[in-house]
Amino acid sequence: MSLTREVTGSGGLSTVPPPAVTRRRRRAAETRAGYAFLTPWLLGFFALTAGPMLASLYLAFTNYNLFSSPEWIGLDNFRLMFDDPRFIQSAKVTGIYVLVGTPVKLAAALAVAMLLNNTRRGQGLYRSVFYAPSLIGASVSIAIVWKAMFIDQGIVDRIGQQLGISWGGWVGNPSMTMPMFVLLTVWQFGAPMVIFLAGLKQVPAELYEAAAVDGAGPVRKFLKITLPMLSPVLFFNLLLETIHSFQIFASAFIISGGTGGPAGSTLFYTLYLYQRGFVDFRMGYASAMAWVLVLVVGIITFVFFKTSKSWVHYSGETK
Amino acid sequence: MTIANVPVGSVEPTSEERSAALRRRNRSTERTKSVLFHIGVLAVTAVVLYPALWMFMSSLKPTSDIVGNVSLIPDNASLANFAKALEGIGGVSFWTFFKNSMILAVASVIGITLSASVSAYAFARIEFPGRKVWFSLMIATLLLPFHVVIIPQYIIFNNLGLVNTFVPLLIGKFLAAEAFFVFLMVQFMRNLPRELDEAARIDGAGHIRIFTAIMLPLMKPALVTSSIFAFIWSWNDFFGPLLYLKDPALYPLPIALRLFVDQTSTSDYGAQMAMAVLALIPVLLFFLVFQRYLVGGVATQGLKG
Repeated sequence: MSLTREVTGSGGLSTVPPPAVTRRRRRAAETRAGYAFLTPWLLGFFALTAGPMLASLYLAFTNYNLFSSPEWIGLDNFRLMFDDPRFIQSAKVTGIYVLVGTPVKLAAALAVAMLLNNTRRGQGLYRSVFYAPSLIGASVSIAIVWKAMFIDQGIVDRIGQQLGISWGGWVGNPSMTMPMFVLLTVWQFGAPMVIFLAGLKQVPAELYEAAAVDGAGPVRKFLKITLPMLSPVLFFNLLLETIHSFQIFASAFIISGGTGGPAGSTLFYTLYLYQRGFVDFRMGYASAMAWVLVLVVGIITFVFFKTSKSWVHYSGETK
Repeated sequence: MTIANVPVGSVEPTSEERSAALRRRNRSTERTKSVLFHIGVLAVTAVVLYPALWMFMSSLKPTSDIVGNVSLIPDNASLANFAKALEGIGGVSFWTFFKNSMILAVASVIGITLSASVSAYAFARIEFPGRKVWFSLMIATLLLPFHVVIIPQYIIFNNLGLVNTFVPLLIGKFLAAEAFFVFLMVQFMRNLPRELDEAARIDGAGHIRIFTAIMLPLMKPALVTSSIFAFIWSWNDFFGPLLYLKDPALYPLPIALRLFVDQTSTSDYGAQMAMAVLALIPVLLFFLVFQRYLVGGVATQGLKG
């Protein structure tokens, strides 16, 4: 990825090299201007991100309830976590959601993107319609609708009855809540689809034509051309959607009424973190949980970038 | 269609008749394929739109008619649910919630466009020591789960007596704390021709002038995209207001909606649907007007990353 690409070519300001003094003075002025423009971000970074991160790292090793001063307890919070069945449950629920929801959502996004890429008429309109759920899917409004659709005797129950399946209401059934949340995230396939579609447009048509001349079928074309050519976009979507999935909150809060029920089946990680930190005021424990989340997300990001060299191909690269 | 694009030299020379027959056959398979693709796309459209349409249509039905009614067309449509939703909850009118949401969203848009564009200018256009380090840190915060900062932030705002005000929800927007917007604008600015500011510098313009007179007008597409996202994300935000706002008179719509769901009898889905629809209308309006900017913004984001 070219995240840290540097901008070059600002040295050619004038043809005659200015005297050293002027140059030094100009550099000092540039530094002053740079930090002046960066002031809002720097303030935000230190006051709202870096400072609080350090503070929560400290709190993670303490017992703190907002009302008395923090008491240092070393690694106890982390030890407690692994004996806490609700913590284990929240890690499990979130893990399953990330591992199932993200691949299914991306597969749907890629399939629809390929479908749209072959549809010439109305492509822009479809693209916008499919994107819309990504904007509203995480809202409270949609959580309410989802709940109403999946309750006992609700429309999904009715559709099941029509098909001869008696799955009942999904909201109250601990083994059906996960599919309900996976469907909610898959419904929001539009954002990664838009990115896939933009990637598909960059694949040179000559590649497919050459492959057709060589007698390659659609499966071979997909595996040998589409997937490698899309790998940078796939990498981007996979990383972002995975990190994003860990942070599901509002829908779980609304559908379970803030409890994570039934039977802890919707106790997503952030929901449990909220309960510990802001309902029980166990802020040390909640900080420790937040740091575990940061570590997990950090490790996943690291692994993604490390392995990307072997499966992400950038065009123009000879490999 | 594809056959026309194949370079002449790459296929073996064929007779006129054979290539014409080939072309005809290709054209007819193309047409069947196109029809199949259209059927597929329409099926996806139906699945995508159904939940949203069901919500809109249900908001017009009496509650007894909503649960389990797969059909979209209401038998006897009425606006009774909306009347009930507009009454509000606990003595606070719906319009108060709406006004709170609007204040938060508009202030977010102002804060983010100001602070992110200024910071992005420093990253994209000024050379100064330390820039690379700050830029890497900014990128790192792009992927950081925000949960790691909320507890200390809450403690700070609590000690400053700012809980139950809009300050904790807005201050980050004015300090470019959401790296997504800074990154989006840096990417956009890097694609603007350097010659523009260089010419202005030779004419004696300083950074403030270059930023306000040259960069800002050229950045209009990035500013519009950022504004729309800033508005919609603020409008839908649930976690922030849930943490910081305790007084119902300060609630924006998502939290009010939750209170509404908790307080009305759980079976009153009609009024819940109506309020859910009302809460989504501004987002949908924004989407209808600006969808090109939005979808285009998402598309370029992914490719330039």
